[in-house]
Amino acid sequence: MSEIQAHITMAADQQSVSPVQIPVKRICLYALLIALAIVFALPLYVMAANSLKPLEEIRNGNLMALPHAWTVEPWLSAWSTAQIGVQPTGLRPYFLNSFLIVVPAVLLSTLIGSLNGYILTQFRFRGSHVLFAAMLFSVFIPYQIVLIPMARTLGILGLAGTIKGLVLVHVVYGIGFTTLFFRNYYAAFPGELVRSARMDGAKFFGVLWRILLPNSAPIIVVTVIWQFTNIWNEFLFGASFSDFSSYPLTVALNNLVNSSTGVKEYNVHFAGAFIAAIPTLVVYLVSGKYFVRGLMAGSVKG
Amino acid sequence: MKAGLLPKLLFSPSVVVIMICVYGYIMLTVYLSFTTSTMLPTSELAGTEAYHRLVNLDNWWVSVRNLGTFAGLYIIIAMALGLGLAILMDQRIRAETLFRSVLLYPMAVSFIVTGTAWKWLLDPGVGLERSLHLLGWESFSFSWIKDSDMAIYCVVIAAVWQTSGFVMAMFLAGLRGIDSEQVNAARVDGARPWQIYLKIIIPQLGAVFVSAFVILAHTAIKSYDLVIALTNGGPGRSTWLPSVFMYQYSFTRNEMNVGAASSVLMLGAVALVVVPYLLSEMRKAKHV
Repeated sequence: MSEIQAHITMAADQQSVSPVQIPVKRICLYALLIALAIVFALPLYVMAANSLKPLEEIRNGNLMALPHAWTVEPWLSAWSTAQIGVQPTGLRPYFLNSFLIVVPAVLLSTLIGSLNGYILTQFRFRGSHVLFAAMLFSVFIPYQIVLIPMARTLGILGLAGTIKGLVLVHVVYGIGFTTLFFRNYYAAFPGELVRSARMDGAKFFGVLWRILLPNSAPIIVVTVIWQFTNIWNEFLFGASFSDFSSYPLTVALNNLVNSSTGVKEYNVHFAGAFIAAIPTLVVYLVSGKYFVRGLMAGSVKG
Repeated sequence: MKAGLLPKLLFSPSVVVIMICVYGYIMLTVYLSFTTSTMLPTSELAGTEAYHRLVNLDNWWVSVRNLGTFAGLYIIIAMALGLGLAILMDQRIRAETLFRSVLLYPMAVSFIVTGTAWKWLLDPGVGLERSLHLLGWESFSFSWIKDSDMAIYCVVIAAVWQTSGFVMAMFLAGLRGIDSEQVNAARVDGARPWQIYLKIIIPQLGAVFVSAFVILAHTAIKSYDLVIALTNGGPGRSTWLPSVFMYQYSFTRNEMNVGAASSVLMLGAVALVVVPYLLSEMRKAKHV
């Protein structure tokens, strides 16, 4: 609770003529908040409710209604039999692809970020400010500007259309973020700890390993969550650099929803969208505080 | 401590990668925009031909106008809603964490998921329109997503839904960081709560407004996934954005030089918003 708010509410309390007015205001406030919460929750509810209905019920019924005849058929179809492109594989192989892309990309970019953050904050060298600024700006660029040369590079490296290629791309364009996170965290790290460890003879890796990393749990969690969410949800690189065998889940989902000819299986689309959302939603629910902290750290970039 | 060989050595791969894959590629794309590249990149220079072609393309101006409409509304609505929500959340409410979680969860899901959900919600055949008809409101009509003059507003709706919780979190952090002395004084002088917000608190949130603007503006310029999932640029080309234009011309219409030129202009637009912000932030950081 904020102190200002307490004061404002006190001021309101003092001004109100009759004591009945206050509950009325509070009731309006909660009514408004609950209404807004319902609006925000609506798409998630619609996805969930309609992913558990037979198609007939959506076409003849109300999208807002709960299912009459509950069924998990759409989920099974989205997961293992729905048509993605030309093959009836469901989203399963692409779910796996996304994990195969996300896990190494998150680990590598976080590792590199911590090393860079350490070097940028604990050592002085010429050009470090300019180099950091260059990394910082790279976080903002529209990726369209690197798409054509990167496609060419992946082709030359023999990584076009592969999982490895996408891992590489996500690591490369994740370094800016992870370096920023760790640099800002280590910049606020108490210098005496590092100095005394050095006095005790700790070398480069000693300081990182024994002093900084054991105290880095919060920023590691923030960085891992941030990178996981971003890479899992990424679409443009996935759409540009993958082929049928290496589609990430977002590309496969879009393919499922937008390329279907004939009957539109809304229930399967909703189930597919839910499947794609589950991993990041779980991360969000389990670690909400760190998720928000990552957003804030990513937004206050100086 | 002055850096020895080891730190420099370990830092250099990142520097090399960024210099090549960010700045090198930017220069390559700029170069491509001055060539005759069509399906594949070539090095044959053609001056500003691609830019001439670009500014004479109707598709480009449709994309730019759409971006103007989309970005303008998206930024204003998301900021207003974010600030409003933050003020509501700041009223000593119960279950604040729960409300915050509900308002912020859209940030955790992919734009492709958001696009899919809203695509069917806004579809007159199965979505909101039909639901209200079934509830008895027969005359209710909401078919923007099928209307080429209105479809861009559907993109605004979905984008606002996705990000305004985040803007709220930014403003809430700002509200909670305000010095309470002035507020106290105003209260003693008998100011009403809304006056306190309007005259004292909101003017102190300048930095949050700037950050939120920069984030929303550069998100708008880069928006691609949401449009693809929600409308796939349609009906027709009525929801094309420069990002869609770039992809189309570079990879499906075999006019890579024009695609490259459009991405150069996108980068320019982002730089125009972001560079002054970063410079001022870094200057601030130096003074602290």
